[in-house]
Amino acid sequence: MNPELQGRVFPPTEPYLVGREKVREFARAVFATNPVNLDPEAARAAGYDDVVAPPTFAVVVQERSLAQLLSEPDSGIEFSRVVHGDQRFTSSRPIVAGDLLTASLAVSSVKTLGAHSMVTAESTITDAAGDHVVTAISTLVVRGDE
Amino acid sequence: MSGTVTIDTIAVGDVIAERSFPLTRDSLVRYAGASGDFNPIHYRDDVAREVGLPGVLAHGMLTMGFAVQPVVDWAGDPRRIVDYQVRFTRPVVVDPETGAEVTVVAKVGQLDTEAGIARIDLTVKVSDETVLGKAQVRVALD
Repeated sequence: MNPELQGRVFPPTEPYLVGREKVREFARAVFATNPVNLDPEAARAAGYDDVVAPPTFAVVVQERSLAQLLSEPDSGIEFSRVVHGDQRFTSSRPIVAGDLLTASLAVSSVKTLGAHSMVTAESTITDAAGDHVVTAISTLVVRGDE
Repeated sequence: MSGTVTIDTIAVGDVIAERSFPLTRDSLVRYAGASGDFNPIHYRDDVAREVGLPGVLAHGMLTMGFAVQPVVDWAGDPRRIVDYQVRFTRPVVVDPETGAEVTVVAKVGQLDTEAGIARIDLTVKVSDETVLGKAQVRVALD
C-alpha cells in the first residue's frame, strides 16, 4: 500500500437521497423490529419526519466514499486482498428517509504490520444543510503474501 | 418501551438484552441487495473456495447490523444510539443447508452518569466462538 495515502482528503461524494423503501429494505435485512424503522406513522409519532434508518445504514453512503479510495490509481490496494478489520459509527442524529447525504473521506492512517497493511479511513457524512449526521470510520486490512 | 430506561436503573454487569439470529443463505442475499455489497464470497461457494475461505461468509456489516438491534429495542429511541464500534475477529460461515446461529448478549460495560452515557458491551458468538471483538454501543440515557 502506498504510505503517502495518509492524510489524503477526497472530494465529497454525489448527494445520496435516502429513500423510505430503501430504509425499510435495509431494516428488514438487519432483522430490525422497531416500528420506527419500518412504519412512517410510528416514526412520526416518535418525532421523526419519516422512517429511521438502523445505526449501520450509514455504510451505504460511506461505501461511495471508500470506493474513491480503492479506485485511486496510486493506492496500491488490491481489492481482492482487502478484509474489513474494524468499523465505527459516531452519530449526531439518526439517518431518516428524505435525508440528502454526502460523504467526505479522509485517510487518517496507513500502517504496515508484517506482511499486512492497514488503512484507516474516516467518512464524514453531512446532510443538505451541511450539518454533521454521522462519521463512519473503517479500518481495512490488506493481506500481503504470507 | 421508549423512555422507560434511565441510567440510574441499570448497573455495570446487567444483561439488558439477549437474542439469537438464525442466518441462512437467504439472509445474505437479502443483505447484499439492501446494502449494495455484492462481493460473491457472500453467496457463491465456488468463489469462496477459490479464495481459500472455509465457505460462504456472512457480511461482517450484516453481523454488525443485527447485533445492535437488541440494544436499539431496549433503548427505545434510535436517537439514543450515539456510537457503535466493532472489530471483525472471526468470519461467520453460513452453511447452505443448516445456516448459522449467531447469539448476542448485551451487557452494561460502563456507566458515565455525568455525561448520561451507558456503554453496552456485546458478546456475539457462533457456537462457542466470538465473532465480533470490542463490540461496544454508547447509549445516551436520561
